[in-house]
Amino acid sequence: MNITAIIINLIALIGVILAFVKNKQKALKSLKVAGKTFLRILPMTLIIVIVIGLLLGFISSDQISQFIGNQSGPFGVILVGVAGALMHIPALLAFPLGSSLLDNGASITAVAAFLTTLTMIGMITLPLEIKVLGKKMALLRNGFSFIAALLIAFIMGMLL
Amino acid sequence: MKNKPGNKKNGLLRDTIFLIAIIFLTIILLFFYPQKTEPVMSISWDYFLEMILILPAVMIIMGLFSVWMPDETIIKYLGKSSGLKGIFIALFLGMLPTGPLYVAFPIAASLIKKGARVSNIIIFLSAWACIKLPQELVEVEFLGLNFMITRLILTIIFVIIMGFSIEFILNRNNKDINETNLPFSD
Repeated sequence: MNITAIIINLIALIGVILAFVKNKQKALKSLKVAGKTFLRILPMTLIIVIVIGLLLGFISSDQISQFIGNQSGPFGVILVGVAGALMHIPALLAFPLGSSLLDNGASITAVAAFLTTLTMIGMITLPLEIKVLGKKMALLRNGFSFIAALLIAFIMGMLL
Repeated sequence: MKNKPGNKKNGLLRDTIFLIAIIFLTIILLFFYPQKTEPVMSISWDYFLEMILILPAVMIIMGLFSVWMPDETIIKYLGKSSGLKGIFIALFLGMLPTGPLYVAFPIAASLIKKGARVSNIIIFLSAWACIKLPQELVEVEFLGLNFMITRLILTIIFVIIMGFSIEFILNRNNKDINETNLPFSD
């Protein structure tokens, strides 16, 4: 168990203790919410775990870096950016996926583009966003987010 | 909330069917390429361990916040704040460890109704979407501190620029935001 995992678990533990001291009923309710959310994302977690295994087991680093590596130019980055915008997986689960790509030949730019579009843009939730915010504001937010995500990704590629 | 995309049970069912399909596909693939079984299994197992050590704790942190920090509190603070303080509050409230983006839409709807600034609403929604605190910890775990901090700082900068650009465009078009439909109005 590494240091980040220990910190996250410590925060959760302290939070739970404080919660029980303050209000037992609310604390139990929080744990119930947590349990439900965990069960909800469990299938997707297992899917991601298997996809990473298949990805790294079957596709070589050379092939990954050919598509989205340092030498593959902006096209691959835009492509994974679009993929991130269309996909609907929780960000929490996207980080392990991103790290598996990064460790196997993908460029920082490509991984940053994927993670940023994935979290900022929600194609599946767009109809709901339009209903709530109005067409103009929702489309502007998602459109700007895509451009911003690509800019963030390219700047990260230059910095790191 | 009947408009919630793929309500909880359907989503879970869809994911589970997808999972079974993936497992099935994996078994077929590994049947034809048995030499890949060992690497695929060990890679998957490593990632599974790493995630299972973190995810329950993250879920607990989020659960605590969702119970102790009701939507009304967010609306109260963000509805009336403006200026630099408004930007910080929008960022901060968006970053709190709470649920997925569609949970924030009804909050944004009430904010619009209350006349909050467009820039603050955009900043709030974008922060909610991509700068959640527990997510940053998970990002450190998998991608390292440098990657996380660089992406975090750039994201904050761009989210603020975005908020003001969109506000500028909407105001220039002189279309009052209050005219948009508000299905969540009570």
